[in-house]
Order: sequence, then structure tokens, then C-alpha cells
Amino acid sequence: MLEIKGLTATIDGKEILRGIDLTVPEGEIHAIMGPNGAGKSTLSYVLSGREGYEVTGGSVTYNGADLLAMEPEERAAAGVFLAFQYPVELPGVGNANFIRTALNAIRRARGEAELDAVQFLKEARAAVTALKMPDDMLKRNVNVGFSGGEKKRNEVLQMALLKPTLALLDETDSGLDIDALKIVAEGVNALRGPAFSALVITHYQRLLDHIVPDRVHVLAAGKIVRSGGPELALELEANGYAGLEAA
Amino acid sequence: MPAVNETIETVDRISGGGYKFGFETNIEMEFAPKGLNEDIVRLISAKKGEPEWLLEWRLKAYRAWLSMEDPAWARIHHPRIDYQDLHYYAAPKKPAPKSLDEVDPELLAMYEKLGIPLNERAALAGIAVDAVFDSVSVATTFRDTLAKAGVIFCSISEAVREHPELVRKYLGSVVPAGDNYYAALNSAVFSDGSFVFVPKGVRCPMELSTYFRINARNTGQFERTLIVAEAGASVSYLEGCTAPMRDENQLHAAVVELVALDEATIKYSTVQNWYPGDAEGRGGIYNFVTKRGACRGRNSKISWTQVETGSAITWKYPSCILQGEGATGEFYSVAVTNNFQQADTGTKMIHLAPNTTSTIVSKGISAGRSNNTYRGLVRIMPRAMNARNFTQCDSLLIGDRCGAHTVPYIESRNRTAKVEHEATTSKIADDQLFYCRARGLSEEDAVGLLVNGFCRDVLKELPMEFAVEAQKLLAVSLEGSVG
Repeated sequence: MLEIKGLTATIDGKEILRGIDLTVPEGEIHAIMGPNGAGKSTLSYVLSGREGYEVTGGSVTYNGADLLAMEPEERAAAGVFLAFQYPVELPGVGNANFIRTALNAIRRARGEAELDAVQFLKEARAAVTALKMPDDMLKRNVNVGFSGGEKKRNEVLQMALLKPTLALLDETDSGLDIDALKIVAEGVNALRGPAFSALVITHYQRLLDHIVPDRVHVLAAGKIVRSGGPELALELEANGYAGLEAA
Repeated sequence: MPAVNETIETVDRISGGGYKFGFETNIEMEFAPKGLNEDIVRLISAKKGEPEWLLEWRLKAYRAWLSMEDPAWARIHHPRIDYQDLHYYAAPKKPAPKSLDEVDPELLAMYEKLGIPLNERAALAGIAVDAVFDSVSVATTFRDTLAKAGVIFCSISEAVREHPELVRKYLGSVVPAGDNYYAALNSAVFSDGSFVFVPKGVRCPMELSTYFRINARNTGQFERTLIVAEAGASVSYLEGCTAPMRDENQLHAAVVELVALDEATIKYSTVQNWYPGDAEGRGGIYNFVTKRGACRGRNSKISWTQVETGSAITWKYPSCILQGEGATGEFYSVAVTNNFQQADTGTKMIHLAPNTTSTIVSKGISAGRSNNTYRGLVRIMPRAMNARNFTQCDSLLIGDRCGAHTVPYIESRNRTAKVEHEATTSKIADDQLFYCRARGLSEEDAVGLLVNGFCRDVLKELPMEFAVEAQKLLAVSLEGSVG
């Protein structure tokens, strides 16, 4: 279970998160919607431990552990996965090599046996097929020369192989056409289960047609201003964010 | 690839960012008195029982050296070297062993510690090793296997005794005695090194390698390596180097000469890991090395691959003289500098004949307060019709107190030549590091992965066994460079 209490955070002294309270129980998928500049991406970076974001108050625990006290790699080992809004290119680093190195680092941190290349490739190929990705996706360098859609699919591929228990999807739908959107949604839905929870950050409602959330929260000016069921997303789609920011 | 895991293990194993080869070995040594003069040159020659012509050659080199100045054009800074304050000859007291069984157990143990088995039963399959300790060859493995194929692999002192006609024919034919300051010094006082001769049509049946170890204090190191591949022959050779950690600097001035005749191929790989000095810049090897290959024959090929992580100063430009029509020269380099290391390294590709091609791929990585310079010359002479060169020169900066410099010289005197030069400079970006860490990699592992990715084009040129070793070295050399 992810529990965020009174979380405040600044970038370069400017307050972006102004007291966030949010609980995501195990097995649930929550959506965070909100206008540009509301602090959606900041929230995902603070949760994954990116430098440059100063937490000035509040607490975040994941399954009882203090998430904010952990290094980014420790959060990954604890089961947290951030699907980046802008995935980063790693020249010269093969995709399969990268994912396997990450997977084994996580497994080592948990005291589990490492996967050898043969076992890993078998799993990886199956995941590539399931995500309807081209076969050379594993051989290419991480995100180098990938189209916007391929980069997002590569995030979902990594998620499928690293099998997190808490996924943070930061505007994973941006820049995707409808077919790619469906594939990404299928990737998330495939992980759905009693031990998997996710925070789906999005600007638009359309992703939530394919990943149906248990709860929807509206983030505006650094605070959760409204929460509700999936129907809230439809309401926002119809009426926009205009009336909410003042609330 | 398992290499990354090994990189991780290596980093784990080494605490405090130390240099793991920095131990000293207690071997009884015989030294010549400090200083350099004609008597010392004569003494070295006499100790080795050399023929008159070689002594004369040394003396000529010594006289040439006296008239020369040390070169000042490289981007390196160091106090003046006092050439009279060095020993020019140091050798283990015990006489040279005739077989492996006679090698001093202390020495065997030391090479074992370095991971270089001189015991043939335990040796890496398919690699013959010549071990050079303080400039004296102490053991060469697999000689019989090689001899059956007609390949000569021995110390150069032995080659002078056993194959004087070959040595006389080729020694100094690529790097003349008076070629440059450090080559002249080497020619005057070289003590040992490796000799390889692969006769006509023979593909050398195994990888050859030499491991250089500097141990003695206040001793200059001057090896001389000569490799000849006759028509249609091919050989792959690797050198590795380590030294103890000492507060004072040590001078290393080696010369390597390669000769490739018609259709011959020589692949020369170096994993250079001399002691780089400590984090404050104290100590470390001054590495002034002249390496040059002559592609004398038609369609001959010489390929240099180097991974340079050690030495306080590296001054080294492995070059190819493309004399034979259709000859190929290659230079693949990774040079890493950290802390206060200085590297000024690159290559020279001299195109003399038609249809010659050369490829240069240089990857410089600077961290700490180090300076890393690529200096390369591509010269196309008037006769070299349709010569081609491609140069790729990339620099990677880690941190904001280091320097990367690229100094390419291109001289084309033939209108049909094509010369391409590409250069990039990049940094390991914070977002790359965070991306890796968010996936579960520690910061050090992430740097290792990104650096190995940056060097990929060069590392893939190394023989398999050494590629893994090189990747480990890269990770260790850059330890503590981030954060």
C-alpha cells in the first residue's frame, strides 16, 4: 500500500506540491489527472527519488517502509517502477543487456538468484511478442533512434520484465496513436492483480478508457482537489479543469 | 552480457577505490649503478652477451639521444626527469631459467596474483605468455607448440642470440634508433622485451601475449618488442602492464615495431594498467612509448587496439606506415583518465601507396581533474591514389573539472583521397544516471554501463578474454568519479 501524507516539495525553492494526501491500496489502480503545471510529473519524480526535488514536509510510505529515505535504486528493488514521460537514450547500451542488468540488480538486492542470459531472453522475447513490438527491439540500443511510440512501448516492455508491484506511469499516453495506446494499456492490464497497484498520471481521459481505474484524483496547484470513481474522469472530459482549480 | 555483472563484482571486491596490482614483490635484484653514460650502455650490452653490431647500434642511439631535446608539444606537464638519477639495468639475480620449472617461485606467485598463469597446465587455453619482470623476460609459455607451427616467440635478448639475422634485419627498421627522444633512449638502453616471428603462410595457432611488470624502485623501464609477419602470415598479440604503487614517478619508455609483409595481418592489443598515481596525483608511471607498424606488403594489415587506463602520463601514438598497395591500418583506442592523470595519445596513419585505407576510432573518457588529449595525424602522400581514411573521435566528460582535447592533423597531397573526420564531446547526463537508477542500478553500475556503452566500438575489437578484463578495468578506473 502506498500512503502519501501532507507531502510538500519544492524545485529551486519554488513550491510545487502543497500538501498531498493519497492512499493507493494494494491491487488498485488510481489515476491522477490535472491541468499542465499542477505538479503531476513532480509527484512521480518525488516518488521515484529524482535529484533536484526537495521534499519539505509530509511522508511517503510504501508497504510500511519510508520511501523518501531510499535511494532511487532501492525504491526499484522495493518494487517501484517509473514509466518515464520522456524515456532517456543510452547510446551503446543494448536494450536486452540493460533490462537484464536492471533485473538482476533488483534480484540481487532482494537476495534472489540472478537470471542467466538464456532464461532472460526467453522471457524477454515472449514479452516483445505480447506487446506486438518489432523483434529487433531487444538488440537495439536503449531508446536510441526510437520513435516516440517505440520509446513508450519500451517503457512498458521494461515494466513487463521487471514486474513491479507499484507502477508510476507519467503521461505514458502522450504522443501515442490509438493502436499504440491500446498496446500500452494491455501491458498495464496484464500486470493487474491483487499484488499490483499503479498510479496512472495523465492529462487526458482517453487512456482511462483502456485502463479503467479504481479511483480518480484531480491534482491542481499542488493539491488533490477532488477524488471519485471512474466517472469523475468522464466528467472532467466534458467540463474541463476550469472549475476545479479554485476549489 | 555478463560483463556488467563482472564489473559490479569487481567494484564490490575493491574497497576504497584502490589499485589492486599495487603490491611489491621481494626478488633479489642486480642493479647497474645509477646514471647514464656510454659505459652503462656497454655494460647492458655485455650483460646480455650481445654481438658487436648491436653494441654499436646502441651507442649510436645514445649519441643521437644526447643531441636531442625531449618533445614539448604534447599537452602534458611534469617536472623535468633527471636521467642521471635512474638505474638503467635491473634483473633478478638468479640466472635466466631454462624452463618453467626453474622460474623463481616468488615470480610465479606474483604472476598468479595478477591472474596470469605461467604454469602451462593451468594456463588459459590457447594463449601463450611471455612474462617480463623489470624489463627482463622471465618465462615464455607454449614455446614447443608454437615452434611446431614455425612461430618464434621468445624474449628479444634470446632472439639476439638465437636468431641474430632476423633481429638485425628488422630491428630499428620501423622505428630508427634516432627516431625521437624516447625511442633513442630506448634504443640505447633497452633491456628486454618480446620477439615474434611468424613465417610465410603461417597463421599463428594461438593468441600471444606479454605481461610487463615494473617492480624495482628508481629504475627506468625500457622494453623493445619486435613482431614480424611474413607473407600471408597472421598473428594476434596482446600486452598487459601493471606496477606497484609508489610515491615517486617511474619512467617507462618502450618501443614496439611491427612489420607485415604481403597479405600478412598483425593485430596488436594493449591493456595498459600501469599505476596511475594516487587521488592527489602522487606517484604513477610516466609512459612515453613509441609504437609503429609498417604495412610493407600488398594488402597487409596492422590493427592497433588499446585500452589505456593507467599511468600518470601517457604519451603514445601507435602508428601505421601504409607502404604496400591496398594495405590497411586500424587504430581503436579507449583512453581513461581520472584524478590527476594526463593522457596525450592518438595515432599516425601515413598513406604512401595506392588504395590504402585507414580507420581510427578513439574514445577518450576524462574524470576527476584529469586531461585527455587525442592527437592524430592522417597524411596522404602523392602516390597514394584512392586512399581512404575514416576517423571517429569521441570524448566523454565525467564531472566538471576535467578536460578533453582533440587535435587532428590532416594532410592530403592527393586529390583522389577521401578523408573523413567526425568528433563528438558528451557528458554522462544526470537524466541518464537517474534513468538507470530508477531501474535498479547503483550509481557506479550505471556509470560502468554507460562508459562501456560509449566504448563499445573499441571493446569489440579486443580478443574475447581481454574484452571482459578491459570492461572491469574501466569500471575500476572510474571508481569514485561520480557523486
